[in-house]
Amino acid sequence: MRGPHDVGGTPDRPVDPLPHDLTFWEKQIDALHALIGDDKRRISTRDENRRYVESLGHDVYNTLTYYERWTAAMCRHLIEKGVLTQDEIDAKVGEVRRRLAESGELELRAGEAEKLP
Amino acid sequence: MNEHVHADPHAGHGHDHAPPQPDDKVHSYYQVLGIALKELLIEKGVVTADEVREAIERRDSITPARGARIVARAWVDYDYKARLLADGNAAVAEMGCPMDNTNLVVVENTERVHNVIVCTLCSCYPRELLGLPPSWYKSRAYRARVVREPRAVLGEFGTALGDGMEVRVHDSTADMRYFVIPRRPPGTEGLSEERLAELVTRDSMIGVTEAKAPGG
Amino acid sequence: MSNVFAPGDRVRVREDFPPGHIRTPVYIRGKTGTVTRRFGTFENPELLAYRLEGPRKTLYEVRFRQAELWPDYAGAGDDTLDIDLYDHWLEKA
Repeated sequence: MRGPHDVGGTPDRPVDPLPHDLTFWEKQIDALHALIGDDKRRISTRDENRRYVESLGHDVYNTLTYYERWTAAMCRHLIEKGVLTQDEIDAKVGEVRRRLAESGELELRAGEAEKLP
Repeated sequence: MNEHVHADPHAGHGHDHAPPQPDDKVHSYYQVLGIALKELLIEKGVVTADEVREAIERRDSITPARGARIVARAWVDYDYKARLLADGNAAVAEMGCPMDNTNLVVVENTERVHNVIVCTLCSCYPRELLGLPPSWYKSRAYRARVVREPRAVLGEFGTALGDGMEVRVHDSTADMRYFVIPRRPPGTEGLSEERLAELVTRDSMIGVTEAKAPGG
Repeated sequence: MSNVFAPGDRVRVREDFPPGHIRTPVYIRGKTGTVTRRFGTFENPELLAYRLEGPRKTLYEVRFRQAELWPDYAGAGDDTLDIDLYDHWLEKA
């Protein structure tokens, strides 16, 4: 009845008032997200984007960070619009993972390794 | 919700294959996925690496200083403030800040009313005036609680308001974006607009704090 | 059916729970407030979310007393909440 995004008035923890600069990764996702929806590409729209995030389901919505949710929604959106296929995404994810592991940039949190193909 | 964000002192170098920097690691499946999506979209010519880099630079170039200039002008020029309250888009355009696809509504804090802004459903925010929203604004905790217990949330930012004040929360659920003119702090008579703008923090233009006191 | 309101009108938010992309938060459904602004007409986000189009909707700013929204509201009696709602979600109260 209530989507995972419709949180107004529900109980939650104290707010952490510190600003926390965005990481470079987050800025990239923000930029990419805007580019695929811009006038040149029109692959996505603002309202479609919101619907995709809202459709992630409660478990996924509540365990992912803000830009991880956008990434998950954008991935599904790109597949459904026929821009990318799941196979090529899985292959690229594997390639990126190997490269980051080799360069020492990969430091997966507990439980993340199992999600990678 | 875990928000594993940390300061990235080397942001902006834009090169995926650079040697690892402190705190610049990849911690989750979705972060790996995000990098993979970017690389695939560049390989397929949907976006270019230059476009991504320029979009990031544009984001970095917009800071709350833009909004602070607007507030400082409103503090010294009452006619300008009236125009801001009547038609936000037209008035900020006067100051060289065109709003792209945003309908701006400006609200004013007074001795009777204190405004605070939220988007409970997502994270709508007047980005053209304030830049990217802070983590807390997008957090589930803020979105869930500020509509129900605004004074407690304001307290978590160190802001206390008397019972004689009406706290008015704006939930930006639709096409309008809200921007708050905080109250001008006492003891600021005669300060230049530039100096006044330095007292206007991002948090005060969202409404979780007041503007800074001079010499504070 | 198009609902037309003016600032000052008392309106009640529909207490419906349709599926799909809705910009009326659950916490405000069934509540009664006062129209404070009429913003003009916009495309309906419920349709835009599916790349569909339909009749434009009038957007209203509606003000609610916090004491009437939350049974345990701990703030001051005059505290309010303003929210922007599309005409098809509002009924004359």
